[in-house]
Amino acid sequence: MDAAIRNLVDISHTLAARRARAELMLERARWAAEVFRRYDRDTTQAIAAAVARVAFDKAGEYAEWAVKETGFGVAAHKKIKNELSSVPLVEHYRDWDFVNPRIDEVAKIVEVPRPAGVVFALVPSTNPIATVYFKVLSALMTRNAVVMSPHPAARECCVDAARTLARAAEKAGAPEAVVQVVEQPDIPLIEEFMRSEKTDVILATGGTAMVRAAYSSTNPAIGVGPGNAPVFVDGSANLKLAAQRIVESKSFDNSILCTNESVLITLADIAKQLRRELERAGAYVCSGDERDALRRYLFHERGFNVEAIGRDATWIAAQAGLRVPPKTRILVTPIDLIGVDEPLSKEKLCPVLGLYVAHGRAQAFSQARAMLRMAGAGHSAAIHANETQVIMDYSAAVEVYRVVVNAPCSQGAAGFATNLSPSFTIGTGFFGRSSVGENIGPQHLVNWTRIAYHKDPGEVMGDFSATRLRFAGPLPEAPADGVPGSSRAPAGRPPVSAARRAPGDGTGGTIISGAELREEIRRIIIEELRAALKE
Amino acid sequence: MSVEKLEFLERSKTFWNPGKTQAWQDMGVDLVIDRREGYFLYDMDGRRLIDVHLNGGTYNIGHRHPELIEVLNTATQRFDMGNHHFPSLARTALAEALAACTPGDLQYTIYGSGGGEAIDIAIKTARNAMKKRKIVSIIKAYHGHTGLAVKAGDSRFSKLFLSEDTKGEFIQVPFNDLNAMEDALKGRDVAAVLMETIPATYGFPMPHEGYLPAVKKLCERYDALYIADEVQTGLMRTGEMWGITRYGVVPDLLVTGKGISGGMYPIACTVVSKERAGWLSQDGFGHMSTMGGAELGCIVALKVLEIVQRPEVASMVRYISNFIRAGLDEIMALYPDFFVGIRQNGVIMGLEFDHPEGAKPVMKHLYRNGVWAIFSTLDPRVLQFKPGILMTQALSEELLQRVEVAIGQARREVFGTARRKSA
Repeated sequence: MDAAIRNLVDISHTLAARRARAELMLERARWAAEVFRRYDRDTTQAIAAAVARVAFDKAGEYAEWAVKETGFGVAAHKKIKNELSSVPLVEHYRDWDFVNPRIDEVAKIVEVPRPAGVVFALVPSTNPIATVYFKVLSALMTRNAVVMSPHPAARECCVDAARTLARAAEKAGAPEAVVQVVEQPDIPLIEEFMRSEKTDVILATGGTAMVRAAYSSTNPAIGVGPGNAPVFVDGSANLKLAAQRIVESKSFDNSILCTNESVLITLADIAKQLRRELERAGAYVCSGDERDALRRYLFHERGFNVEAIGRDATWIAAQAGLRVPPKTRILVTPIDLIGVDEPLSKEKLCPVLGLYVAHGRAQAFSQARAMLRMAGAGHSAAIHANETQVIMDYSAAVEVYRVVVNAPCSQGAAGFATNLSPSFTIGTGFFGRSSVGENIGPQHLVNWTRIAYHKDPGEVMGDFSATRLRFAGPLPEAPADGVPGSSRAPAGRPPVSAARRAPGDGTGGTIISGAELREEIRRIIIEELRAALKE
Repeated sequence: MSVEKLEFLERSKTFWNPGKTQAWQDMGVDLVIDRREGYFLYDMDGRRLIDVHLNGGTYNIGHRHPELIEVLNTATQRFDMGNHHFPSLARTALAEALAACTPGDLQYTIYGSGGGEAIDIAIKTARNAMKKRKIVSIIKAYHGHTGLAVKAGDSRFSKLFLSEDTKGEFIQVPFNDLNAMEDALKGRDVAAVLMETIPATYGFPMPHEGYLPAVKKLCERYDALYIADEVQTGLMRTGEMWGITRYGVVPDLLVTGKGISGGMYPIACTVVSKERAGWLSQDGFGHMSTMGGAELGCIVALKVLEIVQRPEVASMVRYISNFIRAGLDEIMALYPDFFVGIRQNGVIMGLEFDHPEGAKPVMKHLYRNGVWAIFSTLDPRVLQFKPGILMTQALSEELLQRVEVAIGQARREVFGTARRKSA
């Protein structure tokens, strides 16, 4: 086609084209959701399990792809995250029932699950595949259709992963297009998806701007804010274990998880010992000059140096001009101040950990609160302690919705090293300008219709124990009359053959019989339908 | 009805078409279409109707599709209809796009301003290629109202104007009757068989399995060309780009119109293989049409071709056709003595009613219930039911909800409240 014509026909930059693009995908998703909500629990679970299996098997391949494409993180760790977001995720929710009604005979209330419908899900570049897995499987477990929108920096691996899961879902019997992916996402197009009335809920994981855009879209949104987790090590803690767990967490996937520890706060009387344990566990504790060099490297005038995101400790050290042992797993920077005037007390998506020594618990807690005032409100905090009162006091002080105890925070807040719901989408609740304060999971993609009886004891609740929702399942395939194999008429009915006519009979005759057969089929269908309606 | 509408209808009878204007009033349909958007029509009195007539598929992707408006607006900054004598960027681009999406070795596109002219072009092209005059079509076929097309169709539209075939050049045979087809062809004096893949105005009787491929074989055996009239069956309405390929036939000529430009700018196309398009080299000025292939229409049609071929669309068609069929089956079970059958391929549907003119009261009651669907002119037992290929789930459900009520009302009007015994 001539370029002049191509330019006239290509209107992809216009609002009309963007809106049509978004609406076509969302409407197709709506159809899928409409059919999916007719599925029963066994079928739904079988689909989720089959997709999780495929996801698990591809976890390593996609981990490598994601690191290659984004430059963030550690492939081996991403593989673990991807794996955790597949089979174990579905296993975790195996006993939850998002499909059948639940009956409360005491309250005289029956609750009927109603899937959200069409979920528009944003995927960040930092946790691309784990997020794709997590959101797709959460949608499938709850009979929702999902449209995935990858971050442009992780587009290729996400598109491929989403397509792989979509194929697996359809193969397992899910409705066509229950999982779709925006293959060429850009901000105006994503805004169109978020703004569309055809989106039921936005599941937004990503940068603050994107999350705020989701909340401003006029659609229901579950958006999560950034982290900046303080970790407090108390005198009652096992320091050796605490140091090991902190280093393990801080080096995991090069600290790309928003749940990683940002600043370690401890007390003067144990600081020296903790420092030694940190070094034994693979940390390099910087001198004052080294800290300043790191600060200069990591924080530019316009903010965090994105080049350092998800890089390993030795690489960052080299960039900042530090000489550190080759086995260094994390860099620890002692700081004297927590606040806007100390950038190292802000979120750092790389294995650099601030270290603040407080004089007494009260000061420590107040410093932890100060961190969260800057960023990370509603997100995560950690504590290493063995006195429950300290744990309680700390947890009541910090404005977060999860406090991880004696565990690596990266994996703990995300529900993998604790019994929190496994998730890389961490609800930051009201503290963090979000609608949900727990770890996001499939349960957040379902609302419940509550059937409520009169509370008057004279009004007796009916017995719902044998009452079932009608699960109609997939739509029957409509016939394509006359197409071999696609008609409802018995296959192979031969057309009238010319050979059966006497030669010379040139009048053409009447329209061929078959009317009787047709009548018979019609009768059978009507009978079937009547029977079905009576049930 | 508003005073304004009454007055308007009088003017319509005075200045436009008294017969047609009155006929609709007699059928209980006082529709004067004003505003339109998506799959909605708004009567001049403000009533909203869901459009499942689509003017024969013209509004396949909805009325005033925003992308078509955009592309048409943009194109008017540069083009108008063009000068049909000269090579044209737009006409060539659309021809290229059609060559890419039509079956077999169809290559050249010859343009008309409407479906009838495109059929005339197909017939003329076939006659030129085969050096024969006879054209075989189907009894009660409909191919338009131009000189040759009207002769190939039902005599209702030709005799009125003393324009019926008088020389035995246009032969009509019953649909689905291969014997009659063979008898018509075996004299080897037929230039082409002209077939609507599924005859629309005849109420979408469905081709029997193997019928269309067998007709194509007969054409090959007796040296006739196969012209596929895809005006109503093309552009994804069967879930495939062209209805004819669903039936496994590669035609020698393919005609598309109506929906090809989404109702935004008139254009129709005849696509033909190089082998059969001899006249284009022999005398390229042989057929001319000032408005045929209007360049603005070409630009809009290019957009339509792109839209309907988006991978999401085929999947939408499957959902729409399965969902609506399932709903119609349920409605059929409610009124089994009246609503007796469904003919279907994709979103091409004919609903059969057990009464000689059963589709007319159904049409009327649908209209009262906010749905516009038209009966089949040449088989008024059958209602043409043509949902668009981008129908939303919500609208499909609303459509069924209204159809159920309307069919019940029509049945009561036809049979009274007494329940008849099932036929």
